[in-house]
Amino acid sequence: MRKLLHRLKNHSRLAYFSLWFLLVFYFASFFADILAPYHFDHQFRNKPYHPPTKIHFFDSRGHFHIRPFVYNTVVDDPVFKTYREDHSKIYPLKFFVRGKERKIFFFFKTDRYLFGVDQPAGIFLFGTDNYGRDIFSRLLYGGRISLSISLIGVFISFSLGMITGGIAGYFGGIIDQTLMRLVEILMVFPSFYLMLSLRAMFPLNLSSIQVYLLIVLILSLIGWAGLARIIRGMVLSIKEEDYILAAKSLGLSHWKILLFHIFPNTFSYSITAITISVPGYIIGEAALSLLGLGIQEPYPSWGNILSSTIGNLRVLGDAPWLLLAGIFIFVVLINFNLLGDALRNVLDPKNW
Amino acid sequence: MKRLIIKRLLQLIPMLIGMSFVSFIIIQSSPGDYFAQMKMNPEISPETIESMRTSFGLDRPILVQYFLWLKNMCKLDFGVSFAYHIPVKTLIKFRLKNTICLAIFSLFMSWIIAVPLAVIAGYKEGTFFDKLLSMCAYFSISLPSFFVALLFVYFISKTNLLPIGGTRSIFEVDASTIMVFKDYMKHLLVPGLVLCLVNVGGLFRLMKNNFIETFNTPFILAAWARGVSRNSVIFKHTLRNALNPMFTILGMEIGSLLNGAALTEIICGWPGMGSLVLEAVLSHDLYLVMGSLVISGFLLVLGNLIGDILIAFFDPRIRIS
Repeated sequence: MRKLLHRLKNHSRLAYFSLWFLLVFYFASFFADILAPYHFDHQFRNKPYHPPTKIHFFDSRGHFHIRPFVYNTVVDDPVFKTYREDHSKIYPLKFFVRGKERKIFFFFKTDRYLFGVDQPAGIFLFGTDNYGRDIFSRLLYGGRISLSISLIGVFISFSLGMITGGIAGYFGGIIDQTLMRLVEILMVFPSFYLMLSLRAMFPLNLSSIQVYLLIVLILSLIGWAGLARIIRGMVLSIKEEDYILAAKSLGLSHWKILLFHIFPNTFSYSITAITISVPGYIIGEAALSLLGLGIQEPYPSWGNILSSTIGNLRVLGDAPWLLLAGIFIFVVLINFNLLGDALRNVLDPKNW
Repeated sequence: MKRLIIKRLLQLIPMLIGMSFVSFIIIQSSPGDYFAQMKMNPEISPETIESMRTSFGLDRPILVQYFLWLKNMCKLDFGVSFAYHIPVKTLIKFRLKNTICLAIFSLFMSWIIAVPLAVIAGYKEGTFFDKLLSMCAYFSISLPSFFVALLFVYFISKTNLLPIGGTRSIFEVDASTIMVFKDYMKHLLVPGLVLCLVNVGGLFRLMKNNFIETFNTPFILAAWARGVSRNSVIFKHTLRNALNPMFTILGMEIGSLLNGAALTEIICGWPGMGSLVLEAVLSHDLYLVMGSLVISGFLLVLGNLIGDILIAFFDPRIRIS
């Protein structure tokens, strides 16, 4: 692993940077409970579609403050949602503020957040949505859902693909034929249509945890077919190697050969394939949630933060900062693509 | 050539049967008794239920239902949409036309942009220009289609440059065909450009790799050695051969295009198959879902077939073997 990282660094600085960047992203959404200034469903009832809060160093009389501060805002025009800063009092930005207790993944409790300001002022780095909820906090919490769905989805479809591809390639014959026909039939459908049709099999109103599991299930069901086909191809060539013959003549069982001698040899390809296929899952989840078929309110995901902008030009015009969720998706995808490409080059035996 | 096409067509048959079976199973495993639900719905007339009951055998065993459904499919009868009260076939026909127009338009645009740029970048491999284009290609690949569509919609809502939503804004009866066509193209432009932007990066990268691979083969070296002019080497010898694998891509791209097109259609308000299937899922219009699923799968198979035929047509090596 360490050698791999070193080679990656030597091959492409950019991809190495991407790796760290992605780790930071995952870290940030994992610890959203500490990093986010507000809980994802905390509403500022009087501040819907609030633009990103300006952070000041100079107050209205021109005095410099070493600690940055914000002003409270009041509604200027309730119809067009414009806000005016109230210059009478400053609210300094505080770090490690105390607030309502939150649970970090059901185990630890915390009542300190990384930063915040005193009520009634609010700090909205990326503005607020129609309920006056802080987009920045929702993006962090949403990342937890979007990114975890993609990781679990990849893991499941990879295991499925590995098992079916391995069995088909190793045993060959009629097993191979049936499994591969099945895979081909699944691959005939354009994934978006298949995804929606599979979603249509279930009622529209499910509980949040059910929807979460359903999305994971749908995405991995769609994703495993392509992986199975490629793994099968690799197993087909690996099983002709001499060391497999040696293992066979030593009397190892088929399963042991598959598990200990064939699968480890697909490892380098697997890492690349996982990296390259994660974006597909992120897009899949975002697309479903965007269309209102995925994660439901009040839970945030990168898709459903965007969903209020669809088909509603006014919302989009009033609150373009909602599009930041799209930028989050884009940034994560481009880093995955950069990393995947570099890994493919690094792990390709031709380039050693 | 003829034999190849016939062989490919024959291979399609089990594929289509498997496909229809999967679609059927998906719909059958939907929760609730479907037929009873239909009877409860006051919006569906008793005549519709009666005609669907006889033609689809809705109260007979599942296997019988499947074969009846398959028989109807061969006659292109997909049943009646519950939400629209018209045959699914009519709905799909109208929407399919729009989706195909969108797909062809964006395909054409992205090839026109990607292929020349890829040739230049491939010829000048490693230069600043090449690196710049590769970076742009990365951006294009990583852009989710819905995000680009939203950005376009936002931009257009600010500037009002182009019409958005629907296929036409001229509703006069006496509007000339040319005017209607112009209007249609104007509406097509936004979703078409979105799709083009999303697809062009992948095409560019594939084409560039093909070009470089072909450019480094011995027969190009031989062409140089014979003193063939630079333009002739690039366009006649390299490009011609580098394009061949792209025809396979053309077929496969239909699938990714359909996926991207669906979301783009929904966001840009283009009445195509994507928005149809979404409406169908939201209103639990199962026969419409099933019809769209089968048709989209069929389009993908058809795309692959066309790709295979094209490559056989352009590449004698494949035609002969």
